[in-house]
Amino acid sequence: MSAVDTLSTIREQAAQRFQQLGWPTPRQEEWKYTNVAPIAKVNWERGRPRPQSPGVPPGDRESDRADETSALHSMRGRALVELVFVNGRFAERNGEGAPGLHVSPLEPNEHLGKYADYQNHAFTALNTANFEDGAFVRAESTVEGFVHLLYVSEGDETWSHPRNLILASRGAQLTVVETYAGEGKYFTNAVTEIVAEDGAVVDHYKVECESIDAYHVGTVQIHQERSSSVTAHSVAIGGALVRNEVNAALKGEGSSLVLEGLFIGAGTQHLDNKTVIDHARPHCESLELYKGILDDNARGVFDGRIIVGIGAQKTVAKQTNKNLLLSETAIVDSKPTLEIHNDDVKCNHGSTIGQLAEEPLFYLRSRGIGEEEARGLLIYAFASELVDRMKVEPVRESIRRAMFRQMPARMPERRGGTR
Amino acid sequence: MLEINNLHAGIEGKEILRGLTLSVGTGEVHAIMGPNGSGKSTLANVLAGRPRYEVTQGSVTYEGKDLLAMPTEERAREGVFLAMQYPVEIPGVNNIYFLKAAVNAVRKHHGEEELDAMEFLQIAREKMKLVELDEAFMNRAVNEGFSGGEKKRNEIFQMAVLDPKLAVLDETDSGLDIDALRIVAEGVNALRSEKHSVLVITHYQRLLTYLVPDYVHVLANGRIVKSGGKELALELEQKGYEWIEQEVVAAR
Repeated sequence: MSAVDTLSTIREQAAQRFQQLGWPTPRQEEWKYTNVAPIAKVNWERGRPRPQSPGVPPGDRESDRADETSALHSMRGRALVELVFVNGRFAERNGEGAPGLHVSPLEPNEHLGKYADYQNHAFTALNTANFEDGAFVRAESTVEGFVHLLYVSEGDETWSHPRNLILASRGAQLTVVETYAGEGKYFTNAVTEIVAEDGAVVDHYKVECESIDAYHVGTVQIHQERSSSVTAHSVAIGGALVRNEVNAALKGEGSSLVLEGLFIGAGTQHLDNKTVIDHARPHCESLELYKGILDDNARGVFDGRIIVGIGAQKTVAKQTNKNLLLSETAIVDSKPTLEIHNDDVKCNHGSTIGQLAEEPLFYLRSRGIGEEEARGLLIYAFASELVDRMKVEPVRESIRRAMFRQMPARMPERRGGTR
Repeated sequence: MLEINNLHAGIEGKEILRGLTLSVGTGEVHAIMGPNGSGKSTLANVLAGRPRYEVTQGSVTYEGKDLLAMPTEERAREGVFLAMQYPVEIPGVNNIYFLKAAVNAVRKHHGEEELDAMEFLQIAREKMKLVELDEAFMNRAVNEGFSGGEKKRNEIFQMAVLDPKLAVLDETDSGLDIDALRIVAEGVNALRSEKHSVLVITHYQRLLTYLVPDYVHVLANGRIVKSGGKELALELEQKGYEWIEQEVVAAR
């Protein structure tokens, strides 16, 4: 059967599965902290694609809000290749690329739909049945620099189902940044599959800074072969209701995984982070750190599960969730979980929830820095443990900008100079 | 410069300062010495406005203004600096960025133009030499991973950059070896002028060998019980604090 035929079979199955599964409810353990009823009750429609005006540079085109959002988040000139999608459909390509790198709108191939579980996950089934577009990124060798996939949405009760496939061939190295942004009340249901073949190195960033009225559900599904190394950063800043899942399967011996997450919420935002790390083979290592910053009435969730299989001897796994609550009414639910099925492992996990410490605040103020600015410095400092480790400078800038937009009163004026 | 009158203050409902009165003139260096638990650090913390310390009675006037009515940052902007006994480590906040923000907050307060990065760095580099701090320290997080001596030198470095009118040194000599002690003392001496006042709070005399005070006060049970010139410090070093306490008891 050709890849096209296989794909259409998969999509039909996925559509049927969604019919059977229905929208998740909080009665299901996996959705205990997040009620998606606000998403389920809307009669979503497809958004309109960007009007094509060939030959006219974006700045001169009839300016709509999607263009503005796109300009704000674009990494044009800094990324090797940037693909821009508007309301889920491919709109623009920037950049020349690099040797060993293939970037194109999504096309059927044997990997597509193979890793993200549409049988048991309603949103993945919904995505698999409905996706219209997305990106296919493949590295055949070491690629210096990064690929940027920018998803811009604009609409009122419109949805999109971005679907990406990222493939690093044996021994290849690849960095991919996904940014999600927009204007209005829309719903993004994204799925990204990442495959790291033997010895491949993948650095992946998902930066979710959707509109404050938007819903975002996303899964990053990682499949790792022998001695591969994957780092996946998941940043959630925008959105009214967000669910970010990262699932990693360590299917080859000696592979290593770093999962890092940062979620920053204010107002009435709900930011849910769920991760599953499946240690299926021996001698693998996973290191996970998620940090949450919540203000006002925002609610955050960290639900992290690590499963160490019977055959996964010499597993090393460390899972940490740290949260900073900035108001009396902000809430975080933290649920780190280890399931270990053999005794030759080194695993630990932990979580903390705290407020801004009094001593550093006093120290900064005692040098003349005002209370608000001092708080902003300390909030940014909490995030910086993760931000400073990100290797792609435009991503660090983008997060600083997003933090500033979200908590303007709290953020120091020129955050760019902190490092 | 500073008038402390009948100051009663404490922490968590416990009174530690019990009627402290002290006057520091412009350009003067005063040392406050006293045994552990006499209220030395409480005085320093009350002057800087550390949270949880409560003033129950008395007044502190700084340059004619009510110091106790000002929030911590305003005291700093008005020229009061506290070199802390235990400088806190602040991971994620860059030393040089933090200090530039502080300098510019002070400048803004006085209606002066803010310094740009280049102007600030020029000043910072100069002051770094004074306390023999390596430039690499400045690009690290505030006090993070600094040794005890480095933290204290960082305090003096900050003081030198901020150029306060009134510097309060809270046991800056504790935990320092002889070289660090000399560097710290030289840093403070460089600030001495007819416009700057210094309040040195210490348990031991040894810092005062390098940083010679104009006046020495003995603090016991939350009150100044004896004042004198620099020779009083030497006397305390030889005889300890007991004879003062006995003298105080005898005088009652």
